[in-house]
Amino acid sequence: MTTKLFGEPVQRREDLRLITGEGRYLDDLGKDALAAAFVRSPHAHARIRGIDVSGALEVDGLVAVYTWEDLPEGVRDPLPLLIPHPALTHGRTAYPLARDVVRHVGEPVVMVVARDRYLAEDAAALIEVDYEFLKPVVGIEEAVQGVHLVHEDVPGNVGAHLVQEVPSPGGAGAREAVDAAPHVLAFRLDIERSASTPLEGRGVYARWDADDRSLRVYSSTQTSTSVRMAVAAKLGLPLPSVEVIAPDVGGGFGVKIVHPWPEEVLVPWAAMLLGREVKWAEDRREHFISSAHERAQVQHVRVGFDDEGRVLGLDVTILHDHGAYTPYGIIVPIITATQLLGPYRIGAYRVEFSSIYTNTVQVTPYRGAGRPQGVFCMERTMDRIAAHLGLDRTAVRAANFIQPGEFPYDQGLIFQDGRPLIYDSGDYPKSLSMLKELIGWDAFPQAKERAAAEGRRLGIGLACYVEGTGVGPYEGGHVQVTSDGRVHVSTGLTSQGQGHETVFAQIAATELGVPLDRVSVVTGDTRRFGYAVGTFASRAAVMSGNAIALAARKVRDKALRIAAEALEADPRDLEIEDGVVRVAGDPEASISLATVAVLSNPLRYAFDEEAKRATQFAGPASMDRPPVEAGEEPGLEGRDYYSPVRSTFASGMHAAIVETDPDTAEIRILRYAVVHDCGRLINPMIVEGQIHGGVAQGVGGALYERMVYDGHGQLLNASFMDFLMPYATEIPFVETAHLETPSPLNPLGVKGAGEAGVIPVSAVIAAAVEDAEGITVDRMPISPSELYELRRATAP
Amino acid sequence: MGEKLHEIRLTVNGVPRETRVPGRRLLSDCLRHDLGLTGTHVGCEHGVCGCCTVLLDGEPVRSCLTFAVTVDGREITTVEGLREPDGSLSPVQRAFSESHALQCGFCTPGFLCTVTALLRDNPAPSDDEVVEGISGNLCRCTGYQNIVKAVHRASELMGEAEGRS
Amino acid sequence: MKPSAFDYHAPRDVGEALEILAATAPHGKVLAGGQSLIPLLNMRLAAPAHLVDINRVPELDTIEAGGAGVRVGALARHAAVERSDSAARAQPLLRTALRHVAHPVIRNRGTVVGSLVHADPSAEMPAVLVVLGGSVRLARHGGGERDVPAADFFTGPMESAAEPGELAVSAFFPALTPRTGTAFAEVARRHGDYAVAGVAAVVSLDDDLRIRSARVACVSVGPRPAPLDVTEECGGRPAATVDWPSVARAVSLRVDPGDDIHATAGYRRHLTGVLAERALRVAAGEAADG
Repeated sequence: MTTKLFGEPVQRREDLRLITGEGRYLDDLGKDALAAAFVRSPHAHARIRGIDVSGALEVDGLVAVYTWEDLPEGVRDPLPLLIPHPALTHGRTAYPLARDVVRHVGEPVVMVVARDRYLAEDAAALIEVDYEFLKPVVGIEEAVQGVHLVHEDVPGNVGAHLVQEVPSPGGAGAREAVDAAPHVLAFRLDIERSASTPLEGRGVYARWDADDRSLRVYSSTQTSTSVRMAVAAKLGLPLPSVEVIAPDVGGGFGVKIVHPWPEEVLVPWAAMLLGREVKWAEDRREHFISSAHERAQVQHVRVGFDDEGRVLGLDVTILHDHGAYTPYGIIVPIITATQLLGPYRIGAYRVEFSSIYTNTVQVTPYRGAGRPQGVFCMERTMDRIAAHLGLDRTAVRAANFIQPGEFPYDQGLIFQDGRPLIYDSGDYPKSLSMLKELIGWDAFPQAKERAAAEGRRLGIGLACYVEGTGVGPYEGGHVQVTSDGRVHVSTGLTSQGQGHETVFAQIAATELGVPLDRVSVVTGDTRRFGYAVGTFASRAAVMSGNAIALAARKVRDKALRIAAEALEADPRDLEIEDGVVRVAGDPEASISLATVAVLSNPLRYAFDEEAKRATQFAGPASMDRPPVEAGEEPGLEGRDYYSPVRSTFASGMHAAIVETDPDTAEIRILRYAVVHDCGRLINPMIVEGQIHGGVAQGVGGALYERMVYDGHGQLLNASFMDFLMPYATEIPFVETAHLETPSPLNPLGVKGAGEAGVIPVSAVIAAAVEDAEGITVDRMPISPSELYELRRATAP
Repeated sequence: MGEKLHEIRLTVNGVPRETRVPGRRLLSDCLRHDLGLTGTHVGCEHGVCGCCTVLLDGEPVRSCLTFAVTVDGREITTVEGLREPDGSLSPVQRAFSESHALQCGFCTPGFLCTVTALLRDNPAPSDDEVVEGISGNLCRCTGYQNIVKAVHRASELMGEAEGRS
Repeated sequence: MKPSAFDYHAPRDVGEALEILAATAPHGKVLAGGQSLIPLLNMRLAAPAHLVDINRVPELDTIEAGGAGVRVGALARHAAVERSDSAARAQPLLRTALRHVAHPVIRNRGTVVGSLVHADPSAEMPAVLVVLGGSVRLARHGGGERDVPAADFFTGPMESAAEPGELAVSAFFPALTPRTGTAFAEVARRHGDYAVAGVAAVVSLDDDLRIRSARVACVSVGPRPAPLDVTEECGGRPAATVDWPSVARAVSLRVDPGDDIHATAGYRRHLTGVLAERALRVAAGEAADG
């Protein structure tokens, strides 16, 4: 049946244009637009003494050159701090173009507009900026010494400091509980920087319509609605005069949720000022040095546990490197601190983090958003407990699991959305037994022994996580049935490859009882839907999915009401199938949704056949009632919002078998297994794709990718030659199994799936390498060179 | 005064095209911005990501590492030219969609061109040959698993088509 | 990331190319495959005033394989040399090593001679030329041609003996003598990346199957690929009784690696030893079979 679409692996509707070259990404638009380029700081920390733009003026095709001095009020102000927090006592954001001081290599200093990008780069190369060098602050532990400062007015380079503490049921503090425990371990963990690195960089294209004084902006963003509000506010335009559209977006993974980026303010401003279309398409080098990074943390752990490995007290201190600015607040370390607990019931927990400024690119969420670091901490801790007690690593985890009967389970912390961290549902013991089965955990020791006999080193590792998904505050959906029987769905959040056009269509089609090919979906276009939050935190399916379902239900109710009147039936006897409303059990009594759409509007010019047909259903008009009654609206459409009380918590467990080469220290992943629970699956094919991609990014972060800064704050590997994003040759085949524990919090019972794949990978690979080598692995990523040096350092 | 422009003639997707470009105009920019064929994407401009891969006289090359003027007179096939002569999707295009081998779609044109040439030269590649064949193209979304699956599926579709003819 | 402007020249034959190079020296740069040069231009790390594009000089698009060896013209693409059966027969190390050069799509465009002139110590082809004792033929306007032996051609990282105004017209890879085997081994971070370390090896046996000569050239462990002769370390023994680990250790002690973001010098030295042993064993085995 065509209308049972929820849960089916429906082929994606966005594919056709993308496989034929008809997608429209940012730089595919605006053929005749002027091109912007930027002079960016070559220094990590310096005072600008002067800027000489005269050289650029020689360039044929130059249109404009702007420095901070040229920017008007509003535009020239520091960019907004999006998510303030009481603990962020020293939040700092950048100016759209540097004013006086640059604080990382890549910070924009001068904007150039020219006839094309080649000429803009020519002009940018001829601009001379006179810098006075200041001492760069690089590395978390150097920064925290506070000898040199990133911001003169931020002592110790500490932007934020936060302590959260959950005492044991008996009231003991975590430190007390650790000290009193039968076993205590203390250690340090390190995770290095990586970045989202979508294959399409950021980009902005703006068109100012001088005739009706309106601005249309296209941005490769994860939140067009918020870019719109920011641009309107910065440029002093009425909100209705600004529209922002996210066209096809070539990947986001977090970096494009930040807004407004300097270019999102400057490009529209220049377009207005010049009265010309202006476009900026970020190039790869710019992306490395001026877009955001993530991950880097140093963690100090103290854990106390009993003979079964149950954690009685956990005390974690985190130093988080947030780069030069904090536009996105302290979301990342808050998530690390709160999601660290995973599927476990911990005796007493104390977490303290300091968020530290360094003269490096700013840190904002990258897929996983602080969770990979938290999971690395917790899962390395579980492995150490198992090693200390001589217990199987899965047994220690099982001993600490929250049990299926304990939901909702309150972890006693405040989550990233400012709401209590209460897990809604899950089945962790079942998930673990599925994983052990999938990877063959119990039989592995024999395999390892057999391999060892041949001189091969194999190791197995696992890691578990719980992921808060679908954070609020809300998303909305709009569903409209037009008189041609087509269904138009829109939601404000954006898409970067998640297949929203397909899954949202599946939801609407299922709710309305129409064939999928009648439904079209638009996302991220403020002309269609103005209120939205954005695509991040694995929230699109949960938030917009439910909002669209609710909106579709409104439309369905209205359709049944109108159809009931026309068919002189009771709405409760009606059903919609294949786009036709029928009286159950009476095949003759039916009316198409198209006709219902016509009936919903008292204005019925006979533009089409449906409108002509509709007149036969027109009932006797009561002269006592207005054509559109109070509380009614013309048209067959509905709008609704979904706003949850709190997040829903997905979970999963991964395991891997790796082989390490005894001679070359190369690390190869032989098998990778995933058990994943994101509640009800809307489209299993798409969920699997999300997992595959997440795991691949996780493997990148575990074995290949890092952002390497030298002591001067120069990023040494700002290219795909040296930032080692994995190719097909580096990524293992991922075996998946699904558990579906519906969320009780939302009408569809779904949880988020977008980020899950990446979260536990570093922990899994570290555990497997450790198992293969018998060497403690306490920092990731790990390269063959590092494994070799580890072997040497630990050799007897 | 402006840069010297060179008159070039390219046959793109079977259609003769003429344009004037400076010597430094990258083929990727020429295709995208001078000829309006924006299906070819630019992901790194240093030859690593493979998004800009097009077929030059049938062989996959990086259009960001090729000057337009160098290939004056040559034949180029871009993603816009991969459909069958009757306008239907090619087996490779169909297989990518069927196998969910794309998410954001940005790298996809480069993969499609690369795989089209790969399967022409080796209609039934092994797993290792597939992975080697696509090893110069980055994808940040899919984890490659479904791309490998799609190459095998395309090979199957091509085999079926041959069988029928 | 767009190149700076340059004057573009497209000579139709070698003579015209040499004339242009002479007239524009030292500001002219030769464009062949462009797979190393164009990234540098796009990043504006290089900005030559003149670009001399030899892609329309068919006489340079040659692969001549014969009893003496393989002469590869300046326009012969990696892929063409890799596919050439006659080249593989005359000098099998070419095909073996070319499979490690970047990715297939890059090899469709990149040229062997271009890779030599680029003189990247992390690249495979320079080490191959060195270990085989090949040479590069340089031509200049009005000055005839000169053949520079591999050992003298690579003068430093990204520096070769080619002088401004000169065009590398071909490279010569000598054929193997009887009872000689070759091998190439490398470890790269990602498949197709420049090697973290790599070793090209050539081993020859005498009529009694004792090691007559053994030499290697190493990748990514010094400013330039240098020929390392380890014949003496093999002690004139039959291949099966050579103490390969100690020969490999000798190799690893004679290279000069540095630290970088991908590996420590210590790891590179160690890895060179591991790869030298693997490559020498394979080469010796091939020599015995051949």
